Amino acid sequence: MRDLLSALIGKAVRQVARLRGGGSALPGLVVDKIDPGFLARVLGRLPYGVVAVSGTNGKTTTTKMIVEILEAQGLRVFTNRTGSNFSRGVIAAAVQECTVAGKLQADIAVLELDEAHAMYFIDRVRPRHTLLLNVLRDQLDRFGEIDTTAQLLRRIAEATTDGVVVNREDPLLEAIGARIEAEVAGSGRPELRRFGLSPALRATFPSDSDFHGAAAHDSASADPDSDRVFADVVLAEIGDHEVVFEIDGDRHRTSLRLEGLYNTFNAAAALATVRMVLGSGAGGGRSADTGAILSALSEVRPAFGRGEQLQLDGHPLELVLVKNPAGFRLGLASFDPEGVDTMIAINDQYADGRDMSWLWDVDFTSLQASGVRTVSGTRAWDMALRLEHDDVRVDRVLEDLATALRSFRAETGERPRRIYCTYTAMLELRRELAEITEVEEIW
Amino acid sequence: MQATTDQATTEPAGSAPELVIVDLYPRDMNIYGDRGNVLSLVRRVRAQGFVPRVVEVNPGDPLPDDVDIVLGGGGQDSGQGRVAKDLAVKRDEIHRLAADGVPMLMVCGLYQLFGHRFITHTGDELRGIGVLDVETRGGDVRMIGNIVLDTEEFGEVIGYENHSGNTTLGPESRPFGRVTQGAGNNPEDGVEGARSHHVIGTYLHGSILPKNPRVSDFLIARAAERRYGEFTPVAEIGDTVTRARESAKRRPR
Repeated sequence: MRDLLSALIGKAVRQVARLRGGGSALPGLVVDKIDPGFLARVLGRLPYGVVAVSGTNGKTTTTKMIVEILEAQGLRVFTNRTGSNFSRGVIAAAVQECTVAGKLQADIAVLELDEAHAMYFIDRVRPRHTLLLNVLRDQLDRFGEIDTTAQLLRRIAEATTDGVVVNREDPLLEAIGARIEAEVAGSGRPELRRFGLSPALRATFPSDSDFHGAAAHDSASADPDSDRVFADVVLAEIGDHEVVFEIDGDRHRTSLRLEGLYNTFNAAAALATVRMVLGSGAGGGRSADTGAILSALSEVRPAFGRGEQLQLDGHPLELVLVKNPAGFRLGLASFDPEGVDTMIAINDQYADGRDMSWLWDVDFTSLQASGVRTVSGTRAWDMALRLEHDDVRVDRVLEDLATALRSFRAETGERPRRIYCTYTAMLELRRELAEITEVEEIW
Repeated sequence: MQATTDQATTEPAGSAPELVIVDLYPRDMNIYGDRGNVLSLVRRVRAQGFVPRVVEVNPGDPLPDDVDIVLGGGGQDSGQGRVAKDLAVKRDEIHRLAADGVPMLMVCGLYQLFGHRFITHTGDELRGIGVLDVETRGGDVRMIGNIVLDTEEFGEVIGYENHSGNTTLGPESRPFGRVTQGAGNNPEDGVEGARSHHVIGTYLHGSILPKNPRVSDFLIARAAERRYGEFTPVAEIGDTVTRARESAKRRPR
């Protein structure tokens, strides 16, 4: 009965919200308020439970890979496609896709969990399987943010019931994995598996900057010959849209539509996760047929994690968090600036990092054609100088975020808007936006 | 609002004089936005009426026949060993170029290796090439944060430092600047960087050149005088640079 009520109310709110041109998470907010157990009950009924995907980079594309490979094996998959990976976004998606009786028409859920909101989620739902991708660090990070992130990921892993997949090449995640192995030595639950790189690739991969050990001066992790524990899936060779995976010790050559080293490496993560899920009996107990899952993987097209989607003045407004050069590069490469009004907000508060040198490791020439409408934040002028060096037109530079947002809003509005912002700039912008539109509460 | 004064939108005519910029070890020594220095210098060279030609030199590569300006950056310890070996091979040639007045800017890791030696915590010694009369010892304190220098030749220099090496100057080199905010070469001396001939060594990244065009102009002026016998500056300093400098100066360490 409760399910029926919650589902009906959620659906009703969704209709109202859509009429108002409101945000995708509002129904989730309402349902979560009136029925905090809704999500756990609905997801708890799924025959193969929940697969959680977390890490700092590549969650969206990897989630998409896992979803599409599982769907190709005949499973009905529920996922948070709205690009809102906050729990209430997940609830909203569940409300949208469940029957009025509160039953989700799916066999399994694959959800990307933002490391910041994962705690809220695992308090309600324990994942059956978890994939931990990476803790992306740039060498400039000195704020312990990495350790905090690693702690959060460890807690997700510890809340997982059946199986955890970790990145063998990421020292922080490997430490989490080793710890799980030691703790569950008796029960074997959760089972631990790994994905990784071949020694030859480890030497060429951009590990120095992005998968580097906690200490920027620890080069052991980049040592191509160092011994590694066994990984279920290893990315062994990379060619032009073609790769070789070593799966359970056998080599398999396959074509890929995905672009970029990270996505290619994350394909190994997706394969290891799918193998674990299928091996656990999902999909009618058939064991994972390597040919079939590789063939499904080769069809997956890239999709970068969309930022948070809000509605403002009847058009979408997207917030894209940029924390380090790799993330900023990936964001610029993944979102087409054509037909969108762009704002960039760069703060240098303690949590963002004081050092601005990372902006010089990002190429902004892709914004030349569209230009940038507004640049803001404590380091707006550094950002403006950076754009000037790449011949990108900037209309306005306003350090104060509230002023900049007002100006950006007033001077645009005919089409979608996108704001690239650092962490504290994002928090402040969300506060400002909450005054004028529907913004999901984070905490 | 775009200041276009310091960016030449058109290439000078084909007869415009060329300046060759050697980008030293970009593969191994580029972790703090050092690419920004190359990008910024290239634009400034253009704005001052020259045609820039960048030659990347990685370990094992020879230096080109014509060298007008040399830039080098910082790297991680793993790259530093490789680079030190290659520098030892090029040592005499780099000394000759420096003595001949070729302007150079060495940031962070290469600043250390342009000195006599780097002595690590454990007492291991990494030999430098001694173009600058400095030596560096691994320290316990990380000197990190926004930094402002007062210099004779370039006015105020604004950047960001991030190093734990303690560098001390010998009599043959003079400091790049006096520290007004920040740490500098080491926690005691109150000075930053080193200069000998027209070679500048410094811990400042940020990157240093975009916000300090007067340093770029120094490199360009010395290079032009050496190769063409004269230099007449034509580029102004844009509004964006001025504003970025003002903002950076106000930020906490």
